[in-house]
Amino acid sequence: MGYVAVKGGTIAIEESINRLTSERLQKGLVLDIKNIEAGLRGLIDQVMSESSLYHETLAALAIKQAEGNPEEAVFLLRAYRSTLPRKHYSKVIESEEIKVERRISASFKDIPGGQLLGATTDYTHRLLNFSLMNESEKEAQEWLSKFNEEIGHNSEKSEIISLTFPKVLDYLREEGLIAPCGNNDVEPHDVTRKSLEFPSSRSERLQILTRGQTGAVTSLAYASIRGYGAVHPTVGELRVGQLPIHISHPFELGEEEDDYYIGEVKVTEVEMLIPVAVEREYGEKDLDFEVGYGLCFGQNETKAISMSILDYSLEHPNHAFPSHNEEFVLYHIDSVESTGFISHLKMPHYVTFQSKLDSVRKTKTTSKKDEVSMVEQSL
Amino acid sequence: MNKAYNFAFFDEGSKREIRRATLKAIAIPGYQVPFASREMPIGRGWGTGGLQLTLSLIGKNDVLKVIDQGSDESVNAVSIKKLVSDTTGVVATEHTCDATLIQSRHRIPEVPLTKEQILVLQVPIPEPLRFFEPSEHETKKLHAEKEYSGAWLMLFEQIMNYGTMTTDADHPVMVQDRYVMAPSPIPRFDNTKMDHCKALILLGAGREKKVYAVPPYTKVVSLAFDDYPFKGESFENKHCRLCGADDVFLDELIDEEIGESYYLCNDTSYCLEMINEKKLAGVK
Repeated sequence: MGYVAVKGGTIAIEESINRLTSERLQKGLVLDIKNIEAGLRGLIDQVMSESSLYHETLAALAIKQAEGNPEEAVFLLRAYRSTLPRKHYSKVIESEEIKVERRISASFKDIPGGQLLGATTDYTHRLLNFSLMNESEKEAQEWLSKFNEEIGHNSEKSEIISLTFPKVLDYLREEGLIAPCGNNDVEPHDVTRKSLEFPSSRSERLQILTRGQTGAVTSLAYASIRGYGAVHPTVGELRVGQLPIHISHPFELGEEEDDYYIGEVKVTEVEMLIPVAVEREYGEKDLDFEVGYGLCFGQNETKAISMSILDYSLEHPNHAFPSHNEEFVLYHIDSVESTGFISHLKMPHYVTFQSKLDSVRKTKTTSKKDEVSMVEQSL
Repeated sequence: MNKAYNFAFFDEGSKREIRRATLKAIAIPGYQVPFASREMPIGRGWGTGGLQLTLSLIGKNDVLKVIDQGSDESVNAVSIKKLVSDTTGVVATEHTCDATLIQSRHRIPEVPLTKEQILVLQVPIPEPLRFFEPSEHETKKLHAEKEYSGAWLMLFEQIMNYGTMTTDADHPVMVQDRYVMAPSPIPRFDNTKMDHCKALILLGAGREKKVYAVPPYTKVVSLAFDDYPFKGESFENKHCRLCGADDVFLDELIDEEIGESYYLCNDTSYCLEMINEKKLAGVK
């Protein structure tokens, strides 16, 4: 009977959830949060960036609960984020203050302060390292102490040394190759507190891009530089490092030195150079550089680069390409939104389908009637 | 009750913000009010708009009913009910007339609603003009200027192509002679229930971040032409195999034994009530 399928939903759900837990625990091993934090840095960074929530331990918990599925982990953290009241707003952060762990420029062979490769997979060969199959903690400790010895100081010391560098783009500004731009400290819009309306502001665009799904942001930026767009960029500077965050005293108006330091976040920052033709007097043309900007939580280099490309694309709308259309890009790159709507197709739709059946049947009877009347006419 | 979260999941500031948008929606019937729309613990596209409205409105004395595709026991209805009960301790009912707050997906219950009730509908695509105009920026202008020729043309073209309007669920309506509105994917059968409904109807689209409303006793007219009038789904000569009702929206099912289709009430709680009434009458 039809009711059987519909009744009993409560029990069915409980059993399904039990089944899910059993999938996670089946092999009798429990994944420690500490192990996730220690060994899954890439996934944690991706999840924190897409969730817009900077918290390594909570990200590790979400990854554990989601069995490593990033779309599910991001979903968990976003839902948790919804319940948190805003208690403080940070002070404006100048990104020059970043304590650099890695910085490169593709535009110059050498840059003031030098290229600093830092930790990257860029120059590794992607060969499976089978020795990791049986890596022991003892081996890891040995490797670490040897590594620390070689760089001449212990790891505690290296944390104290902070590195700030001049920006590559400032050098080009001094040369007059990029137009100078002043600080714009207008209060940014907050897309999580007020929904997006069009035309959007740049602060809204940057927020949606930075929390976008890594794959989606990358794909659209790729399309934009491959042919379905008009951007030919060069990485002016890419930085990975720690940004210190300060808040002012919650109750008193104080001087800057009274601000509270509340910690730091690891970010990837990209300043992309995009050559553009600028028309001068008498139809003469000049080449100038414009800048696309990308900033993501964690070490997410591909995403930050893609973000800077899309930032530029959306600053220059072009109806010929979807990657230059703000509604097309901003409405479709959010992980929770896109996966939510796609997955909702799994829900029952029998009422709407019944309605559709009714429509289809109606057109069939109408067309039959038409045929009959046409036959009658021809007779 | 889950004490790790605030009453009704959200912090109070978030609830207040949703209620503000709701008040604006009630003040401008049929107008889509943008709201921030928080991410919820259920899928975006699985009723988060409706759920946010429900959570922002629910109080300790409310009685909640949640249905999905007409059924109280459908998996998603159960899941939403569970989340609301877990974070509020509010009791749920299956009886439409006992509920003060009804959240529904794709149906308006068969039992007529009263002025003490609020109906919350879950909305996937709140924009009735989206099918011919993908840009939000443009559709906002069309609404502002009451420029609805596209909506009429869409229906006209269907008649030209198929000899009849071929809309299924979510047939657009005109609210109080001003805004064309998507009634959410309720079957056309339910459209007429919106007109001068005694209950407040709220519609929430979480992913699309819009709230809109049909306040009590508001005029709601399904778009149609004088010579091609609006028609609901037809269940002529069909009736529910269990309770015998023939004036309700029916589900079409197949009897595997005889290989023929049969019909059942889509509104399961209505069907049960009808069966029980008949049994009681029979006992007497």
